[in-house]
Amino acid sequence: MDKVTLRVFRGAGNGGVEQDYEVPTFEGMVVLDAIHYIQQNLDSTLACRWNCKAAKCGSCSAEINGVPRLMCKTHVSDMASKGQPIVVHPLKTFPIIRDLVTDVSWNYRVSEKIPPLQLAPDAPNPLVMQQMDVDRIQEFRKCIECFLCQTVCHILRNHNAKEQFYGPRQLIKLANLDMHPYDTLSRREMIRHEAGVGFCNITKCCTEVCPEHIHITDNGIIPLKERVADEHFDPIQHLIRKLAGTDKKKK
Amino acid sequence: MTENYDIFEHDVLVIGAGGAGLRAVISAAQAGLNVGLVCKSLLGKAHTVMAEGGVAGALGNLDKKDSWEIHFKDTMKGGQFLNNWRIVEIFAKEAPERVLELEQWGAVFDRTPEGLIMQRPFGGHTYRRLSHVGDRTGLEIIRTLQDKAVSYGMKTYMEVTLTRLLKDGDRVVGAFGYYRPTGKFLAIKAKAVVLATGGWGRMYKVTSNSWESTGDGVMMAYEAGAELLDMEMVQFHPTGMVWPPGVRGLLVTEGVRGDGGILRNSKGERFMFKEEYMPEMYKGQYAETEEEAHRWLEDKDKNRRPPELLPRDVVSRSIYKEVLAGRGSEHGGVYLDITHRGADFIKRKLPSMYEQFYALGGVDITKQPMEVYPTIHYTMGGILTHPETCATTVPGLYAAGESAAGLHGANRLGGNSLSDILVFGRRAGDGTAEFARGVDYGAVDDQQIEEEMNLMLAPFTCEGKENPYRLTQELQEAMQEGAMIARTEQGLSKCLQTILNLQERAKNLHVDGSREYNPGWHTARDIRYMLKTSEVIVRCALERKESRGAQWRADYPDRDPEWGKKNLIASKEGDQVKISTRPLPEMPPELAKLFEESK
Ligand SMILES: Cc1cc2nc3c(=O)[nH]c(=O)nc-3n(C[C@H](O)[C@H](O)[C@H](O)COP(=O)(O)OP(=O)(O)OC[C@H]3O[C@@H](n4cnc5c(N)ncnc54)[C@H](O)[C@@H]3O)c2cc1C
Ligand code: SF4
Ligand code: SF4
Ligand code: FES
Repeated sequence: MDKVTLRVFRGAGNGGVEQDYEVPTFEGMVVLDAIHYIQQNLDSTLACRWNCKAAKCGSCSAEINGVPRLMCKTHVSDMASKGQPIVVHPLKTFPIIRDLVTDVSWNYRVSEKIPPLQLAPDAPNPLVMQQMDVDRIQEFRKCIECFLCQTVCHILRNHNAKEQFYGPRQLIKLANLDMHPYDTLSRREMIRHEAGVGFCNITKCCTEVCPEHIHITDNGIIPLKERVADEHFDPIQHLIRKLAGTDKKKK
Repeated sequence: MTENYDIFEHDVLVIGAGGAGLRAVISAAQAGLNVGLVCKSLLGKAHTVMAEGGVAGALGNLDKKDSWEIHFKDTMKGGQFLNNWRIVEIFAKEAPERVLELEQWGAVFDRTPEGLIMQRPFGGHTYRRLSHVGDRTGLEIIRTLQDKAVSYGMKTYMEVTLTRLLKDGDRVVGAFGYYRPTGKFLAIKAKAVVLATGGWGRMYKVTSNSWESTGDGVMMAYEAGAELLDMEMVQFHPTGMVWPPGVRGLLVTEGVRGDGGILRNSKGERFMFKEEYMPEMYKGQYAETEEEAHRWLEDKDKNRRPPELLPRDVVSRSIYKEVLAGRGSEHGGVYLDITHRGADFIKRKLPSMYEQFYALGGVDITKQPMEVYPTIHYTMGGILTHPETCATTVPGLYAAGESAAGLHGANRLGGNSLSDILVFGRRAGDGTAEFARGVDYGAVDDQQIEEEMNLMLAPFTCEGKENPYRLTQELQEAMQEGAMIARTEQGLSKCLQTILNLQERAKNLHVDGSREYNPGWHTARDIRYMLKTSEVIVRCALERKESRGAQWRADYPDRDPEWGKKNLIASKEGDQVKISTRPLPEMPPELAKLFEESK
């Protein structure tokens, strides 16, 4: 049977070391399988997160050969090059709890600050919305909160600007609410100030790593930037547009 | 001697942050109570996130003839009448409202041409009934509920595993457990507790379930004295992935068949048309020729559904028999083919299936058939609850969602679980709120805490050499072999013996390392629940000497009308599992009449 070497970060917030493990491979094996093999056979204390093993829950994020990826969606055969170990590290942008597990609670705290959907008081039940009008927000709602985009974005990763910038994940959450045909609340002040949309300089690294293939920048952030830039924000007008349903079509 | 531990207090403690738990949080919070929510993973990662096909409720957006009565009938028939009629009645009546309220909270379902919620057909449902978002409906539901619950400001304890319910006399007054990151202990006192801990599919080797599904909730309830219902009823979903090995068991949504997917054996036969596989109860209700099945894709009013859409137990058994007879695919499954619907359709309606096969299996499902075989999927049995309030048989303890029982009987229809968790999650929240208002906090008993701490910490100091992962593997193999689709007295007895041996060996579990985020240590606790849950499942399966729904006894291949009148109840008596039968509550005449009219 073929073998592959995994070089895995072991340690906690106060430091750690890389450790090599030799793991037998099988057809279709993903990095998470290799991590499970280590836990079950070589070292039962190796910490990692996972749930679905089907790229649906966004738990198993890690940096594999330096690139943020889902471990359950990354084939060992794609990562292994002759004689080179596969290097698995925790997400760089968040504090390490242990081994591959990081403290991503910041993302949850930021998300909580975003006011939820606020329907027009006379919104019908059931809502009437055409597929065409929800295609765009459905794209944003595919987000599995893996935070790969958050970890790769240089504003958070290199500049640690967590006080000034909510990050791509939360920007598309804002975009989703802002583009909902029946939402009446304006979040544009938030988008401009607290969320710091202006910090994004459209490098598109977030879009590249998104396992859900969400066009974070093109479909989410750029339209948000346009909205907060091209008009002096007028809440009354905003409300009228929303109610008239013209908001969506306005590019 | 006990070490220090944190203590918290909440009016209502909800254990589990899947759909059922989150929906319970919302209604308890709306009632003005202080709520605490505990989950083993991060918020938003519970099993519910993986649900694909849709949520069933008779909205009638496409098929105007649909109604709660027909949903009621379909669910009772699917469950082979082992369901609690009152639970099913409440469910069928309230499901549409629960789906619509999600939309008001921000869920964005796929739309009909009229701009309403789109519904798709599914096995055992007479009409198009499953509201959905492509094939990621669970994600939509969990995110919507999560955002809504968070907006009420409940306190969330993420990555905390609770391992024991605390009792004051007869009543449940809180729970005890540990923080996964630090391994330190905590106790949460509550006036009332909701168990929404999901199912227990990890006991089997080939499973669509995550590491969380180890049966802790159901066993905590059992240990606290709650009665369990029909634990032998474990669902095998007909279509799990089979190849490559790393993805074995991963779910292929029933939506594939709902959208026209065809099952074939290695000889190319569309075997679901074989007469031997058509149950008496469903004769005449399904297409009888391939032509009719094909026409149904375009005209659902004038044609009958293809037999691929028979209930799950029927399809699973048929696949099992085809493979056994040597007509299996290359890797021991059968073929599921959706290519005739065209690449555009497939990528739009089944995007995550497309992605799953493409990225993980190296198969392009727009061009090639999939290989599928039954995988363990869902647990119909569970904690016995009151239909109106979700109260268990223990005061102060409530249960909802997959951990509870009574709705699905001997077999669950696809889509009914997502509406189950909404309908009864809400009712459990209301039920606990009502109870919590009338009582004060109970007393926490130090002895119970000390016992649990000792049990938790034992594997660090134990001289034994048993490895928790090894025991888990051996259990999974035994269950896969002895308690799978085709069950016999002999196979089940052997399986039970293995489980009892493993329980003995579990006394010698040893783990290394520290208490900080140590998966080996976590597994050492989980395996105890898994072993006990498996014991109960197998004992009940031995007891029910008939074939009904998911329980297929090869040595008692027929349905027995006598067994059709009773549920199996399991409860703790000293160290023994006590199993008894209880007559099913009788359906009132106005509901019973629904079934006569259809004949
Ligand atoms: C792949 C897949 C696809 C599915 N597709 C569909 C579908 O299309 N339609 C449908 O109706 N159903 C579907 N189902 C079934 C459905 O998803 C589940 O039955 C349902 O989501 C269960 O919800 P729940 O709230 O009861 O539990 P879960 O979502 O399983 O949540 C359980 C929660 O309890 C917590 N928990 C458990 N034990 C403890 C403990 N000891 N301490 C603290 N917390 C604990 C967990 O952390 C978790 O938060 C599918 C299931 C799977 C696996
Ligand atoms: S496009 Fe913007 S949000 Fe995305 S990674 Fe670049 S700077 Fe960050
Ligand atoms: S937007 Fe994409 S990368 Fe970012 S958290 Fe969501 S799924 Fe992950
Ligand atoms: S385990 Fe769920 S995304 Fe990888």
